[in-house]
Amino acid sequence: MSKGTLRQILLLTDGCSNSGEDPVAIAALAKEEGMTVNVIGIVDNGDLGEQGISEVESIASAGGGISQIVYAKQLSQTVQMVTRKAMTQTIQGVVNKEISQILGEGKELEDLEPEKRGQLMEVVDELGETMDLDLLILVDTSASMKNKLPMVQEALIDLSVSLRSRTGNNNFALYSFPGKRKDVDKLIQWTPQFDSLSGAFKKMTISGITPTGPALQEAIRLVRKRMKKRGSDSDERFDLEEAGM
Amino acid sequence: MRDSISKKQECKLLPNQRIVGRWQRNSYRIIRELGYGATGTVYLAEGRGELVALKIASDSMSITSEVNVFRQFSKVQGPSLGPSFYEADDYVSAGGVYPFYVMEYINGQPFLPFLRQRGAEWTGILIVQLLKDLHQLHKAGWVFGDLKPENLLVTENPNCVRWLDVGGMTIQGRAIKEYTEFFDRGYWGLGNRKAEPSYDLFSVSMLFMNRGYPSRFEKTQEKSFTRLMTKFRQKDVIRPFEPVFRRGIEGKYKDALDMRSDLIQLLHGTTFTPKVSISVKPKTNITRREQKKIKQQQPSNPKKRRSLGVLESMLVASFILVVYILYLFGQTM
Repeated sequence: MSKGTLRQILLLTDGCSNSGEDPVAIAALAKEEGMTVNVIGIVDNGDLGEQGISEVESIASAGGGISQIVYAKQLSQTVQMVTRKAMTQTIQGVVNKEISQILGEGKELEDLEPEKRGQLMEVVDELGETMDLDLLILVDTSASMKNKLPMVQEALIDLSVSLRSRTGNNNFALYSFPGKRKDVDKLIQWTPQFDSLSGAFKKMTISGITPTGPALQEAIRLVRKRMKKRGSDSDERFDLEEAGM
Repeated sequence: MRDSISKKQECKLLPNQRIVGRWQRNSYRIIRELGYGATGTVYLAEGRGELVALKIASDSMSITSEVNVFRQFSKVQGPSLGPSFYEADDYVSAGGVYPFYVMEYINGQPFLPFLRQRGAEWTGILIVQLLKDLHQLHKAGWVFGDLKPENLLVTENPNCVRWLDVGGMTIQGRAIKEYTEFFDRGYWGLGNRKAEPSYDLFSVSMLFMNRGYPSRFEKTQEKSFTRLMTKFRQKDVIRPFEPVFRRGIEGKYKDALDMRSDLIQLLHGTTFTPKVSISVKPKTNITRREQKKIKQQQPSNPKKRRSLGVLESMLVASFILVVYILYLFGQTM
């Protein structure tokens, strides 16, 4: 019945990591495990700095995902666009692999006649619409993010509206880093929709450290845990109950 | 698995450049750039013995989706729905392979500038036309999605509204592919983003709003519905359309025809003479500015016409006087 699940980690941050493992390496690991890491770098009026931008791009690139630098104000549309695009890209990637298997190494979508390409794209579109999506959102809540969090909140609710309009099932989880005692704190359990995020970001930690790498590592662990659970227990209601639905 | 296709440099074409498709071998001469969007750049070009619009992609995935939409319509539709599709092909250059497609070139004026020069009734009339086409589209199982003035053109003789961009068109029941916040009911918290006719009708309502607020506005903490209604009532040029606007954003219309007949009814029962729409005492600075614009473009303003008449008769009188004096001179000499 199910066509499979796309697994994404969406990282929202406004700066450079400065603690723990290299997030780029961790993102590469995520890709190996069949997940995609997308990164949105949020800038205020100033900018992220070259180092920040390059980290955002490198993480996404290593994680097989998409990166985007954006002003806090335009966050809503960016978040949903990046998520949708990354889904299509993942599917597209699988399809491209198939193509090079059929047509020979190095061949891509463009080596097909436009007509056939169109038929293929139809399949990609269809899959993007109907496949299930597990999306773990990882939000940087270090001090400098404080004034951007209302925008983040709005963007995530908006994302939920968009994804809920799909045919496939969605499950979200929301984590923040750095955590109070650990690298990440759980804000919202796996749930099919965000209805309200008010109060979700109250537990802010004001600290100078940004452990992006360790936070990503924890995110991978959480997605993997869910994968296993799903694999051994195909009854989805189990997950929903766990999420308190 | 980073997609090499979508990361390619954008393809810029120059006037008089010739491009030949790799598959169909048709040749096109570029005339000028018409515009560009997220998925590519559109050029006016000459080929197949006529003027065409040629869209060349920066992103092969989305352009292929657009071509798919076109192919769907060339199977089922008549020519009234958007530009006709001619062919899709690839342009091979030193920089790589760039997919492009060719469609009918629609020559017309952008939607809002067209309306700015005309009375308020024109907004209603163009939207009546649009709703008819939308209904056809909905009947075929599609939703327009990204409906906004930038995607609409008004042709001359007869003045007809046509749509341009098919990038947002979505099969009904799926999630809307592309949208613009101001016209998106999801953004205003007044609905989801499922592709269904009422999604488009919400955007149609917001077309009226955009007519009153050309630079648009953003949502606030205030309840969206109340705010939209208050904003709508503040503009003389759109206020007469309030009942239709309201039902549109409430999702009360069962289909585009329903909204259309309601709007026609309203157009019949309302007077949109310049006196109502233009000479009403302005309430805000913006309306006043707009009025000025309208006045400039329509010298048929009664007051101005009267002064023009006086000037005219004075001119004629003095002319006669001069002729008479000359005549007298002629007599005496």
